[in-house]
Amino acid sequence: MLRLPNFTLLQPQTLSEALALLAVDPHNTAILAGGTDLLPNMKRRQQTPRRLISLRHVSELHKLAVSDAEIRIGGAVRLRAIEDAPIIAEEALALRQAVSQIATVHIRGTATLGGNLCLDTRCDYYNQSEPWRQAIGYCKKKDGDICWVATSSPRCLAVSSTDAAPALMALDAKVQLRSVRGDRELSLSDLYHNDGIHYLTKRPDELLTQVRIPRRPGLRSAYWKLRRRGAFDFPLLGVAVAVQLDEEGLVRDARLALGAVSSQPILVEEAGKRLIGQELTNDQIDEVADAAYSLAKPMDHADMSLSYRKGMVRSLVRSALREVRGDDIAADRQRLMRMLG
Amino acid sequence: MSQRPLHIIGKARRRVDGRAKVSGETRFADDLILPRMLFCRLLRSPLPHARIVSIDVSRAQALPGVHLVLTGADLPTTFGILPVSQDEHALCLDKVRFVGDPVAAVIAQTELLAEEALALINVKYEPLTTIASPEEALAQSEPRIHDYGDSGNIHKSVAMSFGSVEQGFAEADHIFDDTFSYAGNTHLPLETHAAVAALDPDGKLTIWSSTQTPHYVHRSIAKVLALPPSRVRVIATPQGGGFGGKTDPFNHEIVICKAALVTGRPVKICLSREEVFYCHRGRHPVLMRLRCGVKQDGTLTALHLQTLLDGGAYGSYGVASTFYTGALQTVTYHLPSYRFEGCRVFTNKPPCGPKRGHGTVQPRFGQEVQLDKIAVALGLDPAELRLRIVEKPGALTANFLKIRTIGLAECIRSVVRRSGWADKHRKLPYGRGVGIACSSYLSGAGMPIYYNDMAHSGVQLKLDRSGLVTAFCGAAEVGQGSDDVLCASVAEVLGVEIADVKVVTGDTDLSPVDLGSYSSRVTLMMGNAAIQAAERARELVAGPVAAKLGVPVEQLVFSHGRVFPAAAPETGMSFREAVIIAEAVHGTLGTTGSYKPPKPAALFKGGGVGPSPTYSYTAAVIEVEVDPDTGWLHIEKIWIAHDIGRALNPTLTRGQVEGSVYMGLGEALMEEQAFRRLPPKLSGALVHRTPSILEYKSLTSLEMPDIDTELIEDPDPSGPFGGKEVGQGPLLPIMPALANAIFDAVGVRIDEVPITPEKILKGLANLQAGKPARVGPKGFPTVPYPEPLQVPTPWQGGDGRAVNDAVRSKDKRAKNV
Repeated sequence: MLRLPNFTLLQPQTLSEALALLAVDPHNTAILAGGTDLLPNMKRRQQTPRRLISLRHVSELHKLAVSDAEIRIGGAVRLRAIEDAPIIAEEALALRQAVSQIATVHIRGTATLGGNLCLDTRCDYYNQSEPWRQAIGYCKKKDGDICWVATSSPRCLAVSSTDAAPALMALDAKVQLRSVRGDRELSLSDLYHNDGIHYLTKRPDELLTQVRIPRRPGLRSAYWKLRRRGAFDFPLLGVAVAVQLDEEGLVRDARLALGAVSSQPILVEEAGKRLIGQELTNDQIDEVADAAYSLAKPMDHADMSLSYRKGMVRSLVRSALREVRGDDIAADRQRLMRMLG
Repeated sequence: MSQRPLHIIGKARRRVDGRAKVSGETRFADDLILPRMLFCRLLRSPLPHARIVSIDVSRAQALPGVHLVLTGADLPTTFGILPVSQDEHALCLDKVRFVGDPVAAVIAQTELLAEEALALINVKYEPLTTIASPEEALAQSEPRIHDYGDSGNIHKSVAMSFGSVEQGFAEADHIFDDTFSYAGNTHLPLETHAAVAALDPDGKLTIWSSTQTPHYVHRSIAKVLALPPSRVRVIATPQGGGFGGKTDPFNHEIVICKAALVTGRPVKICLSREEVFYCHRGRHPVLMRLRCGVKQDGTLTALHLQTLLDGGAYGSYGVASTFYTGALQTVTYHLPSYRFEGCRVFTNKPPCGPKRGHGTVQPRFGQEVQLDKIAVALGLDPAELRLRIVEKPGALTANFLKIRTIGLAECIRSVVRRSGWADKHRKLPYGRGVGIACSSYLSGAGMPIYYNDMAHSGVQLKLDRSGLVTAFCGAAEVGQGSDDVLCASVAEVLGVEIADVKVVTGDTDLSPVDLGSYSSRVTLMMGNAAIQAAERARELVAGPVAAKLGVPVEQLVFSHGRVFPAAAPETGMSFREAVIIAEAVHGTLGTTGSYKPPKPAALFKGGGVGPSPTYSYTAAVIEVEVDPDTGWLHIEKIWIAHDIGRALNPTLTRGQVEGSVYMGLGEALMEEQAFRRLPPKLSGALVHRTPSILEYKSLTSLEMPDIDTELIEDPDPSGPFGGKEVGQGPLLPIMPALANAIFDAVGVRIDEVPITPEKILKGLANLQAGKPARVGPKGFPTVPYPEPLQVPTPWQGGDGRAVNDAVRSKDKRAKNV
C-alpha cells in the first residue's frame, strides 16, 4: 500500500507557539488541520512538506463562539461540530448544508473548517500517485510544464473544491489570518486567487485562525451541491445563496456564490445588483441563473462532462433561490442529494 | 437410512465465519506478520507500449536495507490462467504492454524503503505505437501486442451457427437490428490483493494469498519457479471480496515466492488501490449487434449476435470471455436458430477478464433491451412477451445446453405481482416508469480450465472419538459463504450441529482439490462432494451402531446430534458415542466425496463454454423516477425474484441477491474503467483516468434503494439439496431493467451502460429535436469473423457436432502456414 514520506511532526500547545514554528520554514511546512486531504495527498507525493504543524492541541483555534454581532468559528473547529451547532442551523443554514455534504460523517469528525477553506485545488491530472503523474509527464501544478486540462493554458486550471467557501461567501463572512508579523482580516472572496497553483492569498507563514459570520436577522440561505453520490464526493458544482427580504417581500440584500467552477469560488455580483429592491419572481431568478451560468467555467478535469456541469449551474441556482424564497422543494433537494434509499 | 426433514439446510442462520468478520477477528492476507519479514513493491511501466532496451538496478540494489531486486530475466517462464493464453511474465521480459505492467520488483526492509528504491531503477524504453481501442486494433495489425493469437491484434475470433438463421429470418414477421455498447468496469473489492510467501523449515514454499483460485495459483507458481507442485503450498486467505478479480494467478504472487526462495525470508506484498486497477481482469467493454427475427405473436425465429470485446493487454480468461458473450442467449427464451460471432482484440490497457456474470452480462443487456423494443413494436406487454417464449424444463437448446429445472416464469410472475406492474407499466405519469428484465447463469462451468478427467471438487472428512467432524476442501472462502455451505451440508447429512463441524478450506497442502471460487460453481460442486463424503461417513458409522443396537441399518436416524432407530428414539445414543463405536470397529474414520459435472451435450469446438450442471434464473422489475431537467435518476424500488432451486441458507442467499443488485446498479448508473489519451503530439500517454476508489464512481450502501427479494424454490435434482447458484445471476437483469424503466418514464432509449444523467438529457434533447430518442453506438464495425461452424440443432437431428469442423481446421492450418 501507499506509505507516507518521512516528515517531522510539530505539536504546538498554543497559538503563539504555532505561529513561531510556522515562521521558521514556512515554505517547507504544512498545517495539519485534520489532515483528511493532506495526508492522502502526501502518500501520493502531491505534497511533500518536511514539517507538519498539528493544530490539534491549539485550543484557541477550536472554539465556536457567538456574540450579538457575529458567529466566530476557530480555524481548527471540526466540521462535525459546525454541523451539530444549533446556531449554524438557525442563522447560517447554507454553511450547515455545505458542511454536512462534505466527505463522510467519519471524515467530518476529523476535518476542520480552516482545512476545508484552504483545501488544495483538485484535478484528475493531479490527484494521482507519483507513478501515474510520471506516466503523463507530470503537469503544471506539480513537477511539469503543461496544464493537460487545456494544453495552451498559461496557468494551472485545477478546480477549487471547498464546499464551505461559497457558503461563507454568500454569508458575507470574513477570515482572520495571523502570523508572527501581524494579523489581517479579509473578506472571504479576497482569500482566493483564480489560479490552480497559487489559489490562496494567504501567505505561507500565515495561519487561518478564525472565520467571522455576521448575524443578520431574517437572513435566509441555502447551499446546493452537485456530485455523483449522496454518500460522499467532492463538489462538481456548489451554489450558495443568502437573501434578506424586507417586510414587503422585496430583496434587501442578496449574495450568490459558486463553487467548483473555476480555480476559486466565485461571487456572482450580478445577483445582488439584479435582485436588490426586487421581488424574487421566477423571471428574476432565471436572469440570475443566466448570469451565474455565463460566469461558470467548468473544465474536463473532474467527474461528469463539463457541458453537463455547466448546464447544471442554471438548474441549481434556480433551486437555491426558490428554496430561500420559501418554495417547498425538499423533494428536489433530496433527489439531487441522491440518497436513493 | 431413514429419511427425515432437513434441520439446517433451508433455515436462515448466521454464517459460520460471520462473527469473526464483523468483530474484526478474521485474519486477511495483509494481517499476516511473520518474523524477519521483508516487503515487496513493484516498479510498473509508465508507457503503454514499449520495448525494454535495458534495466539498470545497480543503484536500487546498493541502497542500504534493500535485499533483492528482481527483473524479468529472473523469471523468464510464461504463465496465464488458460492453457491457450500463457502470455504473461511475472516481470516484463522484453516489452511492456500497458501503463502499470510490472517491470521490476524491490524487496526491502520496509515498504517505504522498497518504494524509494523503485525510483533508483533506470529502465530505458523504446516506445511502440499504442493500440488504444478495438477499432485501432482491427485497423492496425502492426505492431502486434502479442506474437500469438488469431492474427494481427485479434486475440480470438469465433463464429458458430446453430440451425439456419437465414430460414429463421425468412419465417419472421419482423426483424429487429440493434447495436449496444457496454463500458468496461472493475470489481472494486474492498480488500486489495495481498500475499505473503515464506519458506518452511523443511524447505517447502508456502504462500498465503487473497486468491479465489488457490489451485490455479499453485499450478502457475510451480510452473514459473520450476518447482515440483508437491513442494509448493498455497493457502487462500479469507477475502474482502473478489468478484472475479482474484481468479487469475498474478505477477505479485510469483514475484514474492521467488523472493522468498532467494532471500530465505518471508516476503509480503499488499497492492495499492491503483495497482488493483492495473491487475483488473474486469468486465470487458463490449460492442454488440443483435439481429432478431420475431413473429407477430412474439415467437422468436432467429438471433444473430455479434460481439467485439476490448481485451486489454493480456489473454487472461479472454478466450472464455469471448465464448461467454454468445453462450447463454439460448437458455432463457426458446430460440429455434442462432448464430454467434465474437471477437476479442488486444489493446494497450489493463487486461480484462471475468467479473461477476463473466461475459454474459453485456449481451444480456442487449438482449433484454431489444426484447423491450420488440414488445413495444408488437404492442405486447414486455412481461407477457417473455412469459410466452420462456424455454421449457429439460430442453436441449439450439447450442446444445441442457436445461434442467427452470423457474423463470415463476420469477416473472413474482416480480410482476409484487411490483404492481399491471397498474404501472405505461400508466405512470411522465417522468416515472417501470422496466422488466430477466437473466440466467451457470451453476458452475461444465468444463475445467485445463483439460483433465479428474473431479472438479473434492471433500474429505475426518471423524474421531471427540465427536468433531472435520471437513477438508480446497474451495476458497471469498466472502460468498462457501465455508458455511460446506459446514451446513456435512452437518445436515450427519445430523449434527453446525458447531460440531470444523472446516479446513483453501489449503493445497491439507485439502483436496477444488477448482476455485468462480463460475458460481462452489455450492453445487463442493456441496455435492460434501454430501457424498458425509453419506459415506454416515454409512461407516451406521453399520456398527445398527449391529450394536440390533436394528436394521435402514431404520437408523441421524438427527440433532443423536443416532437412533426411528421406531425407538430413546434407545439411541449421541453422535459422539456412535463415532466411538464405529472407530472401534473400523479404526481411523475418514471418507471422501467428489463431484464431476455431467458430460456436455455440445461436442463442437467451443462447446465447452456454456454447459453447466444446471442454470439459475432471475427476473427483476425496477421503478424509476427521471428528472427531465437534470437527467437525474431516482430508483424508487427494485423487485427481484431468483430461482435458486433451494436456498441452503436463506440469509446468505438473500445477501447474494442484494449484493448482486448493488453491484449491477453501480454498473448501470456510473461505473466505468475509463482511460485518458493525451494529445499525441505532446505525449504518448494512455492512462487509466482515475485509478482510485474515490474517483472511480461506484455506489455506496447509502445510495441503495429498497430491494424486495423473493426466492423461488423448486429443488433441482442436480444441486446439493436441490440448490442452484445465486452469486452472479441476480446481477444481470439490473442494467436492462433500468434502461427499460427509463424508456417507460421518458421515452428515451439508452442503449449503452453506464446510464448517466448526461445521456438521459442527450436522449431527451434528441427527442425534442425530432431525432430518434436514442443514445447508443451508431453502428458496428466490419470484423473479420471466421467462417462459422455449422451445428445442426437437436430438432434438426444434430448430434452436437459441427458438420464443417474438419474443413475449417484445415483452412486454419493453411492460414497459419
